[in-house]
Amino acid sequence: MPRLSVLLIRTALVYFAAGFTLGGLMLVEKAVRIDPVLWRFFDAHVEFLLIGWTVQLAMGVAFWMLPRFAGGTSRGNEPAAWTAFFLVNAGVLLAGFGSFFGLPRAVSLTGRVFEVGAALAFAVHAWPRIRPSP
Amino acid sequence: MPTLTRWLIKTALVYFVASLLLGVLLAARDAFTLSPALAALMPVYFHLLMVGWVTQLIFGVAFWMFPRYSKEKPRGREGLAWAMYASLNAGLLLRALAEPMLAATTAPFWAGVLVFSALLKWSAGLMFVANMWKRIREK
Repeated sequence: MPRLSVLLIRTALVYFAAGFTLGGLMLVEKAVRIDPVLWRFFDAHVEFLLIGWTVQLAMGVAFWMLPRFAGGTSRGNEPAAWTAFFLVNAGVLLAGFGSFFGLPRAVSLTGRVFEVGAALAFAVHAWPRIRPSP
Repeated sequence: MPTLTRWLIKTALVYFVASLLLGVLLAARDAFTLSPALAALMPVYFHLLMVGWVTQLIFGVAFWMFPRYSKEKPRGREGLAWAMYASLNAGLLLRALAEPMLAATTAPFWAGVLVFSALLKWSAGLMFVANMWKRIREK
């Protein structure tokens, strides 16, 4: 498994554990009313599990498994994939924590824009790898 | 395909169908002005779909396809993985039962079941991460 896939998938696992923990806390809060402030984690819970976990895991597996070039030695435009890794994680953190810390809405919006940038960068990387077998 | 993967993926398929059926019921509530109490099923619908189907399918494929842990234990600690499967599904089913029941009755019993379901799901998530972490590595 290439280094970038290791980073993407392990980071996805961290988001998964964090998102599940936040979800568990909110579920307990729903049952026994600990502190309603826990509901401020809702956006982070959704962002961590939907983008941080599911989307990032898919990116990691795709980077690893899609057809390679040059007789199997090259994965093509790797800088674009690394850019996607940094953008998606910056985006998840900004969009996830923006509302929890009561930051201006522009922070969450910037996070979402970063996520779009990650999708574009990943598409630039992956597009040429989607091709018929030689 | 390992036995646990078959269980995970077939169980995920059951959740896939069940969650979308629940989605039909929720849409029917709006279309036919059914009981507003059905709204309590919305988070259940979403979690059956995203955890029961999507996440459990990922678990099944990852357990099967990710790099082997070692020659002796190719898929890591299988006992832990089975405990994860049991804990995840017990937690999901208890949540699906307790969340609408608590909304309908506010009985402390259902609050306790809901807390227990949260603990089961959370521990299942941690068990999955613990078992997979070392399988995610460079060649």
